[in-house]
Parts: sequence; C-alpha cells; structure tokens
Amino acid sequence: MSTGDRLTETTFAQRAHEQLGKSFLRTAVPKATDHAFSALQSRFAGHDYEALRELGRQIRAEAVANLDAHLAVLEERLTANGVTVHHARDAAEARRIIAGIVKGADARKVVKVKSMATEEIALNPALEADGVEVVETDLGEYIVQLDGDRPSHVIAPIIHKTRGEVRQTLSRVAGRELPNDAAELTGFARGALRDAFMTADVGISGANFGIADSGTVCLLTNEGNGRMCTSLPRIHVSLMGIERVLPRTEDLAVMLPLLAGAGTGQLITTYVNLLSGPRRPGEPDGPEQMHVVMLDNGRRALLGTPYQDVLHCIRCGACQNVCPVYRQVGGHAYGWVYGGPIGAVLTPLFRGLGAGGELPQASTLCGACDDVCPVKIPLHDLLHGLRADRADAGLAPRRERIAAQLWSLAWSHPLLYRVSARVGWLGTAALSRLPARLVARTPAGGWAASREIPRVARYRAGSGEPR
Amino acid sequence: MTTAAQPTTDRVTVFPTCLGDLTMPDVVARTFAALRACGYQPRLAEDVTCCGQPAYNSGFDAQARRVARATLKGLSRTDGPIVVPAGSCSAMMILHWRELFRGTRHERDAVRVSQRVRELTTVLAERADRLAALGLRWDGTVAYHDSCHMLRELRIADAPRAVLGAVEGVTVVSTGVAPRCCGFGGTFSMRYPEVSTAMADATLDDATAASAHAVVSADPGCLMHLGARAGRRGDAPRVMHVATFLHEAGLR
Repeated sequence: MSTGDRLTETTFAQRAHEQLGKSFLRTAVPKATDHAFSALQSRFAGHDYEALRELGRQIRAEAVANLDAHLAVLEERLTANGVTVHHARDAAEARRIIAGIVKGADARKVVKVKSMATEEIALNPALEADGVEVVETDLGEYIVQLDGDRPSHVIAPIIHKTRGEVRQTLSRVAGRELPNDAAELTGFARGALRDAFMTADVGISGANFGIADSGTVCLLTNEGNGRMCTSLPRIHVSLMGIERVLPRTEDLAVMLPLLAGAGTGQLITTYVNLLSGPRRPGEPDGPEQMHVVMLDNGRRALLGTPYQDVLHCIRCGACQNVCPVYRQVGGHAYGWVYGGPIGAVLTPLFRGLGAGGELPQASTLCGACDDVCPVKIPLHDLLHGLRADRADAGLAPRRERIAAQLWSLAWSHPLLYRVSARVGWLGTAALSRLPARLVARTPAGGWAASREIPRVARYRAGSGEPR
Repeated sequence: MTTAAQPTTDRVTVFPTCLGDLTMPDVVARTFAALRACGYQPRLAEDVTCCGQPAYNSGFDAQARRVARATLKGLSRTDGPIVVPAGSCSAMMILHWRELFRGTRHERDAVRVSQRVRELTTVLAERADRLAALGLRWDGTVAYHDSCHMLRELRIADAPRAVLGAVEGVTVVSTGVAPRCCGFGGTFSMRYPEVSTAMADATLDDATAASAHAVVSADPGCLMHLGARAGRRGDAPRVMHVATFLHEAGLR
C-alpha cells in the first residue's frame, strides 16, 4: 500500500476484499465506531445538537466564503505575534518549506503531533530522506509509524489494530516481551516518547483551527503530547490546511464542543492548546521560533464550485463512525489518506476524478453522514454530484455506460419495458436452473455468489388491478 | 363505485415501481388490500416503468430522465394521490424529480406529479384506526428496517411503526445503535457484492440478536437484497414488506 500523496492503483473492490478478510477488523471497527457514535448521542442527549450544528455550519460557511480575507487577518496577527507564516500551493512545496526549516535549524530529531495534513503531504518520508529522525508522539500514530502502517481513521489511527498487535510492536522496540496490559504498554510508550520530547529540535503539528482575530493556532489533543511537542523543542512548525481558519476567538465556544462531541463524545478534549507565537522575552518556556505553513493543495480550487461546502470539514471522523461501508472495510480500503464519506469526497476532489473517481461509488448514499456531520456538510449530495461529474466526463467504466444506455432505451417505452420483463422472466428462470459455476460467469455472477437471484414474475399487461 | 359517503379523493393510483411490478407482484396485491381496508379505492398505474433512480444514483442523469419521463407521462394521465409502496422510489419522485427535470419542458409536469406522490405507510398510518379495528394479529417480534432514503430524505419514521402498531401481538424492536443501511444501494450491490453482502449480514445479524422473527421494511429495494441474502444463508429471520406483514396478520 502506498502512502502519503500517492494514490494506490488497486480498485476499491480489491482493497475492500483484502480488508474484509481481516477477522479482527471485522469485529473491532464496527464495535469502535458504534461506541463512538453512542458517545456522540449521549454527549448531546438533552441538548439541541441540531441548533448547535447549525451554528457550526454558519461559522464554517462564513470562514470559507471569505477565506482569503480571513487568512489575510490571520497572517497579519500571526506575524505580529512573532510567528513566521509560509504559503504552500501543493504537497511538494509544503514538504520543501518544512524540510528547509528543519535543515536550517540543523535539526536531527523531529517530534510530531498527530496531523492528517502531514499525512496528506507525506511529510515523514521526506524528512527521513534528509536523515532526520521523525517520531510520532500520538500513541496511535506512534504504533502506526513503528509498523510502517498508515492511520485508518482521522482521529483513531489504529482502530484496525488489536492490543496483541500493539504489544508485539512495542515488545520489538523494547527488546523484551511486554505484558499484554494496556496500562503497561502505554507506560512503556510514554517512557520512550518522553526521551524523544526532551531531545527533539523541532516539533511539528497540524492545526485544528487558525483563529484570525488573535493570530492563534488551536491544537486539540487527549494525550498531552501536543503540548510537549509545541513547547519543549526549539522550533514549532504548524501545518494548517487553509480552510481551517476561524474568524473569531469566540467561534471556539461553538467549535470546541462540536469537534470534541462529534469526534469522541467528550465535553471538551483533555488538552486545548492556544498557541500565539514563540517564547517572548521573560517567558519561562515555549519555542524560540514558531512557523505556520498554510497548505492549499487543492483547497482553494474548490471555492465557488458545488463542492465548496466540503471545506467546512473539521476532521472529527463522525461520518466515518456512522458509515455502514466504512464500518465493514475500514479506512485503508479508500486507498489514500482520508477514508469514509469525507474521504470519498475529498480524494477525487484533491486527486482528480480519474484516480479517485471510483470512491464516490463506494457508498450506498444512505445519508447517515449528512445527519451526523457537526457542520452539516451535505456529503451524500456531494457524493452524488461527483458520480454525475464522472459520468459526464466519460470516466465511468464502458460497461456501465453501455448498460445505462440500453436500460434507458428499453425502459423509456412501456411496451419495451414489458418485453424486457418477459426477457427477465425467462432469464432469471434460466439462471435458477444453471449450476453455480456457470452463473458465476454471467453478469449476475457477482450478485449470485452470495445471494439468491430474485425471480422476475411472468408479466401480464396492467388491467387496473395487480396480478 | 363512488358513493356520496366516499369522497372522490379516496381514489388513489398505485405506482408499483419496477421492482414491485417485476419481482414482487404479491407486494402490490397486498398493497391494494391494505389500501382497500383503509377505505381507499386503488387503481394500478398504467404505461409506467421506473422512477429512474438506478441511473440517477449512478450519475447518469440523461438516462434517468429518459426513463422517468415515461413514468411521468403515464402518471400525468391520472389524478389524485399516487401511492408508492417503496420508500426510496417515493423519495426519488417527491424530491429528485424536480431537480432531474429542471429546465426541461417536463418540469411543470414533474413538479405537479411529485406533489401527488405519497409513500404507502404514510397513507395507511393516517387511517391506522381503521387498520386497528380489523382485529389483525401477528404473534412475534419484528425488526423494522428503515429504508435510508425514506428515513433520511423523506423523514418518514413514525408512519410505518404506526402501521405495525395497529396489529395485535407483535413486538417491534430497534436494532443496532442506529438505523443502518442494508447494503443494497441499487447498483452498489452489484458493483461491490462483497461489501454489500457484509452489510446485509450485519443487518440480518442485528435482527437475530434482537430475537426478531422477521425483518419488515417498506422498500422493495432493501427487501430484495436482504431477502436474497437471507435466502442464501438459510439461518436468518424472514424478510417481508409492510403490506405482506399486514396480510400475514390477517388483512384480506
């Protein structure tokens, strides 16, 4: 499986097949996602979630509608706070900028806070190619990194792994058999990471929000690693998707409970870091330098398109938790960085309808994602729109185009419809007599491998009464 | 046989949908019986085919429009409510036909017809008292399976439960943490058979875990898929349409 800013060349069906064969994933992901969704429901029980998410939608819509204006204010205030602001048009430029900061500081070791944006630009391999040691410090991401794996959920990166697998991985690092106990395993990781915090030269994070009016990067974590990474090393670099701007500090009053509640069912995350610049004279701690890299990478191009609303996303993962497809196949089946409904929308938008255009089909358009999204992104409309765009661009598979055309020619005439009904009656009757190995070679083979073939009834013309 | 006591608005047209028409004629017949029991006079729509949903959901709007136009034409020749015993087809006609025909010369017709479309259980639920007076009985536990588009696009959740509630002896249970798709999704079920089947299994297993004897739904799409999987497995609860359920409960 490829990583970062490259897409895999396999199909969704192939990747899903691989994931469906993992028995642990088949029990763990449904359990974990059901748990997360129940937590969301309990969190907002007795509260008006509908009203809160409408407020969230309005805040995000305003931020994105006037994106450049808010970004200008954010940059001005960040600069006034002593932060160096950089602009990256794409993943390669973002990697160059960050690698440059790291190299300029003569840094040997980098500690990282969990960040989907850094996954998106495949930052770690780039830094490692420069001979820099990179240590992920979110516990889940740390395991992912040790295994050479990829996160499979935007906030729960190792939702697909068992405790046993985590134990094996950490035992390998420890050079001894660690006990199969969550507290012991976490304790070992904490010790290993503590060393990394103390010896790293640069801390790299994402940004949950960039608050324009105060020039602040808001970073949310539950493990405290974010605070360590952004205050102990000499330099802090935050990679922020440009859409993550919030106009006002007071917007956090809505966005913090929405993000924490939709993501994990928490009232608020354990740590809320509001980072407004490097250490000032007389201050006892904080980095000597703070950099913010504003990442475009396909975002600005969505402004003014029917897909602008996807920029409202705050990466809470709630749509993944409720998605009936995601819960069966997990995040890796989506082939790039983002899985689930949000991934099926973002991937083709960021990577093109050719490479990512299949993903919007990997949904039943059930709409569960729309109903849970804390900022009311109409995900199933966007998925539907991308399907139409792909068909309009002539990128749908030839077989599907021909089938749609033939079907529409027949069923646009009641008489031909009745003829097709007769053909269907004969066809399904014949299929029911064929041995399974022959059925498998017909177009009905995919369906029939695991399901009975519905029988088309013998058709008689309508007489105002059902048959 | 219209009498003064029965206003003409009780005449309804039933659009059987392609799946109902081609694969579930019994459901259409049970739909007629249920409507009659509630005092309606149903007639079967003629010269209709499909609402266009399979192509529309796959992104083939032109093809969807061509097929939907035939059905629109057939339905335009009728008047009064159009009852559809299928949640997702109802959603297609009520919500998406306007969009599909926008800017075409059929737009006005599409809007007019879409305003007449009623999902079956909402029509029955309005006269649930008449159903309740029939002394229907079905002893056992039923998992009601929400059709996604019926639930999340049309927001119809209470009506089918009210219809089931008119039957004595039955316990209606919820399954899973929330209503969840059965994995049909039209062409999705053929494009991704493995994932689709895994989703059907999750739905059937949830029903089994809730000790359900039957899974009842108001959408032939879900039913065809769940029924086809349950048939292959052999160990799953029975799968049936709301109208079939009423028939089993004694409605004639």
